[in-house]
This record gives sequence, structure tokens and C-alpha cells, in this order.
Amino acid sequence: MMSQTNWKLEPSLESAAQIQLQAQYELFIDGKWQKPLSKNYFNSVNPADESHLAKIAWGNAEDVDLAVLAARRAYDTVWSKLSGAERGKYLFRIARLMQEKSKELAILETLDGGKPIRESRDIDIPLACNHFFYYAGWADKLQEAFAGQQVSALGVAGQITPWNFPLLMLAWKVAPALACGNTVVLKPAETTSLTALKFAEICQEAGLPAGVVNIVTGYGDTGAALVAHPDVDKIAFTGSTAVGKQIHKACIGTSKKLTLELGGKSANIILEDAPIDQAVEGVINSIFFNQGHVCCAGSRLFVQESIAERVLEKLKFRLQSIYVGHPLDKNTDIGAINSKKQLETIERYISLGLAEGAEIYQPDCTLPSKGFYCKPTLFTDVAQSARIAQEEVFGPVLTIQTFRTMEEVVQKANNSPYGLAAGVWTDKGARIFGLSQQLKAGVVWANTFNKFDPASPFGGYKESGFGREGGRHGLSAYLKFSN
Amino acid sequence: MEILKTYKLYIGGQFPRTESGRSYAVVSPSGQHIANACQGSKKDVRNAVQAARKAQASWAAKSAFNRSQIIYRIAEMLAARRGQFLEELQALGSDLEGATQEVESSIDRCVYYAGWADKFQSLLGSVNPVASSHFNFSVPEAMGVVGVVACQQTALLGFISQVLPVLIGGNTVVVIANQKSPLCAITLAEVLATSDVPGGVVNILTGEVSEMLPTLSAHMDVNALSISPIEAKLQQMAQEEAIDNLKRVRIFAEPLYAESAQGLPYISDFQEIKTTWHPVEQIAGGVGGY
Repeated sequence: MMSQTNWKLEPSLESAAQIQLQAQYELFIDGKWQKPLSKNYFNSVNPADESHLAKIAWGNAEDVDLAVLAARRAYDTVWSKLSGAERGKYLFRIARLMQEKSKELAILETLDGGKPIRESRDIDIPLACNHFFYYAGWADKLQEAFAGQQVSALGVAGQITPWNFPLLMLAWKVAPALACGNTVVLKPAETTSLTALKFAEICQEAGLPAGVVNIVTGYGDTGAALVAHPDVDKIAFTGSTAVGKQIHKACIGTSKKLTLELGGKSANIILEDAPIDQAVEGVINSIFFNQGHVCCAGSRLFVQESIAERVLEKLKFRLQSIYVGHPLDKNTDIGAINSKKQLETIERYISLGLAEGAEIYQPDCTLPSKGFYCKPTLFTDVAQSARIAQEEVFGPVLTIQTFRTMEEVVQKANNSPYGLAAGVWTDKGARIFGLSQQLKAGVVWANTFNKFDPASPFGGYKESGFGREGGRHGLSAYLKFSN
Repeated sequence: MEILKTYKLYIGGQFPRTESGRSYAVVSPSGQHIANACQGSKKDVRNAVQAARKAQASWAAKSAFNRSQIIYRIAEMLAARRGQFLEELQALGSDLEGATQEVESSIDRCVYYAGWADKFQSLLGSVNPVASSHFNFSVPEAMGVVGVVACQQTALLGFISQVLPVLIGGNTVVVIANQKSPLCAITLAEVLATSDVPGGVVNILTGEVSEMLPTLSAHMDVNALSISPIEAKLQQMAQEEAIDNLKRVRIFAEPLYAESAQGLPYISDFQEIKTTWHPVEQIAGGVGGY
């Protein structure tokens, strides 16, 4: 056994003083801030210390109706009349403004959602900016993107985003929608509205015509009203498989185009010829990135039997130096769990894992006394049929299983209703291609994990949803095709 | 004394009778009895799905060029049996001109899709310029087992138009044939059986759509559905049942003789896009000399 380290890190807190939070946020409809017709507000809480952040408007069906009306009007009168090149210029401008405000956006994201500042600063926000920049360039090249087919905008897109990557998911949805000529009504997740509202300000500053982007904050009922609205042409949803299926059902019999990016239980496979230290680091990133609140998290680790003991030993050792702490602290590796509700879900799964007879390992670390935190958790001796190996936990919980042959691991990896992503660690290029062909997943990472890029299509097989976001393929979700 | 033909199901490359032992009368528009067809059951659906699943991996693993040749072989065999299809179509109420148009268009459509089998990948896939040191590429991949409710208006062309674009992409299919006019579908099975299409790649059931479709649309080992318009309630039921395992559902409603009834979109509708990130080693000091 390797000796345990005993490092003490000096706290290095990013200052939130530069953020001027408003006491109360309204809905962003038709280019203006409008009080909700519902007259309701809800509280947004900082999951890092349970402190109150702001009151946020809780839109109801009437508010959604106003927003859709504004989006329709903007589509009919302005946006559909602009050339692709002009639309692209707005998107380029938005991308630049986002880059200029990246620090503020990063701090907001971390305050609101609990993710480590290191991640929001280095990953979420830059990727979100890049997504706008990338799709800006497509706006005047749509016809070239789909040779042999006539393409046109759909109209009004209703978009519902999750709380795990609030601004990034907004970018994944809004950027291609606008590039393709649609207008948008976006409903951000209730626990993470702030960066979407900041984005509304950026749209104003960019001079984006009123009504092209509308943001209606609220809970599930707000989203349901958006899905049910008869004048919405397209629904894009990222979130849980259960809610995705409800949305799917609501769209049947309507002419709404639908894309769903749902849950996952992605396999991460380490073969015996893999560079082990790199793979171990990759495992840490695959499951503990963003507290494991990642739809494509590598939550099922499969290690080839011959190296399993070594990998496990190194993983446990590495876990000792993972810093769970305040999200604004630049040292933090694992920040706060997004909400009390999610923390309870994760804790329920951890108890379930124990009840199912799996072996648990958690490092010795002290969690902050206030806020929602969870230790990084490994489970070994996990049966393939165990619920912790089958169901999405959406937290820093990893199940570890072993295998002997490639055939066996392909079978185990594919034995899931999900098919979002997979990871493969090996030194052999041919093996990467071979396994990639066999794994039923929309994204396969080789010797890396949780990598994203605006040019790279993302989306799942099976119950992980349908449609792709990113790249040329991501345009299809927002276009009407005719031969 | 005429030798009458017994029309059976086509499952796993075999021609079994329905396990239910039932049949129903196929009659011409004038009410004349033409033949008996198998009235397929829920169990037949499950058997067909099982056969389709068993055949899928190896069908998808064949080279695209090989699939292209096999589909072209279907066109050849179809052409060789022109007369039989013309007879059946006419018995079911087409005039000679209509029957001829349907058969010729079906053969043409086979040839058309045979040519697509090893080309759509180049158009649907991409190499994506990511910022990190990775070779990032997206390729289309078969969805798996696809359930097809064939066109209820035509006996042959609808079947061909729906099944071929699904097939060439490496999917296997379970087809519920035209309920009233199932004969061409079974004769087509005889074509398939002699066209090097491996057993289980295409499975054909005859009988009542309303009896078999609920099992097909709710089946957890079916990945997608292609449905020609059927009674609205039944269609909605199928779409709702399909949600359980998120089957991809497409409604095929194009006028069959239109240009737009064939093309790349019908292929891509039954393909998943898989994106792989392959590491690229950076060679220190490497210079692009020439």
C-alpha cells in the first residue's frame, strides 16, 4: 500500500465581490424584463453554503404564451427575413461579448450551481463561448451543409436545459437554433437560472432583435407549458430519461420536431495494455468531473482482471488527494452537489449499493459543515445486475467491475438501456477502432474522457435520447428538410 | 388440376406457418377468394424480432460493398419474377398498366438503393476539427432491429421503399405486410431467400396490423419503427408504446411514385451517429518539410 499524503492546501477563494446579484430577477420576454403574470417567484440557493442568492420569476403557462408570441413575432417580422450572414454576425458578436464577460459568467455559474470555479472558468464558459463562435459561421452555409436537400428554419424553438452545465447547455441549444434561423424560448433549470439571465443581458447588449431569444425561468410546470404550447415548432430537451419520455409523449400527434439528450450509465474500459497512470487520471475525470453530475459520466468502470488490483490501489491513492471543498476555491476538485434533493438521491444510491452487498471506499476527508457535499465514492464487488451498476446516480459514485476478454467487456458495457458515451484506454490504435465499432454509444473517448468540442457531435443511442448537438450534425435538429 | 400455392410467414430465413395455426382469406376487390394467408400472432412477432436480432450483427459487419451486391441481386431476382408479381397485383385489383408500373418502379428502387449501400457513409459521416490533439470522426451506424408497418395501399412498391433504405444501412427488419394484399410480400420473401440475403435479415409477417403492431411497438429489443400511415388511433398507440425504450419512429407518408419517396434521408433516418475521439501523438520538433 502506498503511503497516504497529508497535504494541507491554502484556501484560494475566487472573489464573488465583483458579482452584482439583483435581489429579484424577472422574465426576459420580447427583449425586456417583464414581471411574471403568475406573480410567483422562487428562491435560488447557493449549494455551497445554502445561502440565499436571489428571487427568480416563476413563469406559468400565460408567461410562456407571451414568450412564444414574442418569439413568433420576432421570427415572422425580423429573424426569418435576415440573411444567414447577418444572423451569423449577431452570433459572432454574442460569442465575443461572452468571452469578455467570461470571468463574471464563471463566478455566477459556480455560485449558482456549485461546480468548482476551475471547471466553470476553464471548461464550461470557454466551451459555451466557442459554441456560439462555431455556429455563427454555419449560419450562411446551411445549404452547403446538406447537399441535395432544401433546408429552412423550423420557426419557434422551445428549449429546456439542465442544471449540470447551465450556460454550456444553453449554448448547445441556442447557438444552432439561431444559426439555423429559428427564434427561441428557453426554460433553464430551476436551480441554475442565473447565467441564462446574464445571457439575456448579453443579447440585449449585442442588439439582438427583441423576441429572438426569450428566457422564461421556472420549474417543471413552466417547461411543461412550453412543451404543450401549440405554436412551438421544436422542442429540445436535455435532462433525465424519465422527464424526456414525458416530453416525448406530449409531442406525439403534434408537428413538433423533437430532440432529447437524456441520461447515461457510460462504461469506461481499461485494457491491460493501457498507460495506467494516465488511465487512472482519466477515471478521476470521467466520474468526478462536475461532481459526477454529467449525463455522460463514466460511472461504470471495467478493468481487465490482470491489472485490476494495481488500478484499484492507484485509484484509492489518488482519491486521497482529491479536494472536496468550496466551489469558489481554486483548489477544489469536487465542489457542491447541486441541490439538497440531488444529494439525497446520491445518498440513497450509496446506501443501496451497500445493501446490495458491494464494497465501498471513500477517502478520509472532511466535508464543509454547511452546504451539500458528497465524498468521492468507489464501489467494488458490484454485480452486473446491481442497481448501482444499472441506474444513473448523477453523482460522484463509481462502480468497478472486472473482465477477462474483449468480448466479455463489450457485452457488459452494452448491457444497459443507455448508450450515451464510452471510454476506452489502450495503447493499441486498432483496438480503439475495434472497440469503438462494438460499443453502442454516441460518443467514444479513447485515452480521454469527458472531452467536448463545438465541432464534435454529441448525443446518445437507445434510452440516452436522440438527435445530436454539436458539429454539422447538430444543425439537423433545427432545420426542416425537403428533397 | 391447378396446384395452389400456400402462403406462409418468413422468419429467420424459413417459411413457417404461424404458430397460432390461423389463416385468413385474401380476396380480390370483386370478392373472389384468391388465397389463404397466415394470420400472424404476437408470438410470431416475438419470434421474428428474435431472428432479426440474431442476424443483425453479422449483417452490419458485412462490407458495405457486399450489401450493395446483395441488394442488387434482389433487383435481379425481382426482375426474373416479374410475371408472378404482375399476376398477383392484377389478381388483387390492379390493371396491367398499374401493375407494370409498380413492378418496374420496385425494381428501379432496388437498383437505386443497391448503389447507395456503400456511399451514404461518406455523406453522413464527418471528420471534425476539434481543438485538442485528437482525430475526431463521426460515422453512421445501424440502429439495429427496425419494425416496419408496410404501406397498406400498395402491395409491393411501399414495402420496397420502406425496407430497402433501412436494410442497406446494416439494420435487420421485421415487416408487417399489407393486411389486405399480403401475397406480394410473401412472394418477395421467396425473392429474398434466393438473393443471398442472410436468413433473419428480413422477416415478414402477414395478418392483422392491429393484432401484431402493439407487440412490435412495445418490444424492448426493437430499436426503431417505420410506419406507413395506418388508422390514427393505432398509429398513436404505436408511437406511445415506442417511447418505453425510445424507439426512433418515422412515419413514411410520401407519395410512392414521387422522386421524394427515395433518397438519403430515408437511410439516415435509421442510422445513429457515433463520434470517436482517437488520440493523436504530437511529435516534438516535427516540421512539415517538403
